[in-house]
Amino acid sequence: MYDKNKILTGLAVFVVFMTYPFWNNIGSAAYVRPEIEKPKNSKECVESVEFMRAEHMAMLNEWRDEVVRDGVHEYHSKANHQVFQKSLTKTCMKCHENKDQFCDKCHATVSVSPYCWDCHVDPKGVKK
Amino acid sequence: MKALYSLFLVFALAAIALVGAGALGMEKAFGLYIPFLAVAVFVVGFCLRVVDWGKSAVPFCIPTTCGQQESLPWIKQSTIENPSTTGGVVMRMLFEVLLFRSLFRNTKVDLHEGTKVTYGSSKWLWLGALAFHYSFLTIVLRHMRFFTEPVPGLIAGIESMDAMLQIGAPTLYLTDLVFVIAVTYLFLRRVVVPQIRYISLVQDYFPLFLILGIAFTGIFMRYFAKVDIIAVKQLAMGLVTFSWNVPEGIGVLFYIHMFLVSVLLAYFPLSKLMHMGGVFLSPTRNMNCASRKFRHVNPWKFENVHYHTYEEYEDEFREKMVEKDLPVDKPLAEGAE
Repeated sequence: MYDKNKILTGLAVFVVFMTYPFWNNIGSAAYVRPEIEKPKNSKECVESVEFMRAEHMAMLNEWRDEVVRDGVHEYHSKANHQVFQKSLTKTCMKCHENKDQFCDKCHATVSVSPYCWDCHVDPKGVKK
Repeated sequence: MKALYSLFLVFALAAIALVGAGALGMEKAFGLYIPFLAVAVFVVGFCLRVVDWGKSAVPFCIPTTCGQQESLPWIKQSTIENPSTTGGVVMRMLFEVLLFRSLFRNTKVDLHEGTKVTYGSSKWLWLGALAFHYSFLTIVLRHMRFFTEPVPGLIAGIESMDAMLQIGAPTLYLTDLVFVIAVTYLFLRRVVVPQIRYISLVQDYFPLFLILGIAFTGIFMRYFAKVDIIAVKQLAMGLVTFSWNVPEGIGVLFYIHMFLVSVLLAYFPLSKLMHMGGVFLSPTRNMNCASRKFRHVNPWKFENVHYHTYEEYEDEFREKMVEKDLPVDKPLAEGAE
């Protein structure tokens, strides 16, 4: 082989980079699904669990636009036909009261940093 | 036709994953075994290809010169375009690898007023390639959030930069947009420009469609038909820590995405995608332009090389040479005619 040292060094760098996920996790604890704190004061969300799990971010985004731009504050639930106020802090966080134990658990593990908290304050966070 | 063939190939691959992981319930195969095998084929195959290339000799010093060579002291040398030092070569390689300098030189030939040949600058390919490669890199780095716990700040930083316009929720990644546009451009270029369509083969279209398929499945999973992302992370973390388990209820779209990525990885060492390693081994780029200053010794072992000597050449062509009155060392044997 010609230029053996250079080529093998290059390949070593390549292998180290490409196997990063494997060697980076050696010795770390097995990954478990984060446990989120379930609300104590209610059993049902504004929509079904599956819908909320997939679409909560889109829903909050829509709520913000509708409240701020159109002044529409009422949300009619498709799941239980109740009327809710479109509000992160007044509706969502009435039940899911702890941001650290609810929102952040999943967001942190998949590295999502929603910008809700650029404007909203975390009610529990302030008391601490 | 070649493009259609490649497109159907990608559809077929997606269908395999759809049936395999969806209808037949082989989540373990499509989520764990095939991806792991694909990574192994990719890393080992890549290394074997590069070692194989490393074994072939470069018989001549063949750097291409794109500027003034080192010459007399008062003639200004172009040190990066025509390097005479190792430092210059390193700089030239950096420009090549990071900024695609050679593509920047791309020119377009046109006929003016019927007969005049003109060469114009054509930067679209360079721009498209740059946009494509850097978005792809960003996308790969972003995906490391599924393989690390906790997610390193660098990866989170790349992600928030990528989503900095905060459009919609989940926030739109700018690289998703740039990536799809760039791949589409690279595809359309092959279809629309007649000369490029003429030289385009199945193996040119196939990676483009495969990559586009990966992009679309990924985009769909993020913005439209959402999958259980925490379950995806469970699977990914399990894959890299060898505690292989398949969480319930990840959508089939994820397995299609995973299978297409596996195909891309396994196909990589066998295909033109090996330019990822090959760019570093380009003799016209990575050699010192010092062919006049130093003697480039043929690195082959001379005793193994069979020479076609002049005597043998003359033996082969003597009759024809005499016929054309060319001088010969040995005259034509009597009665040979």
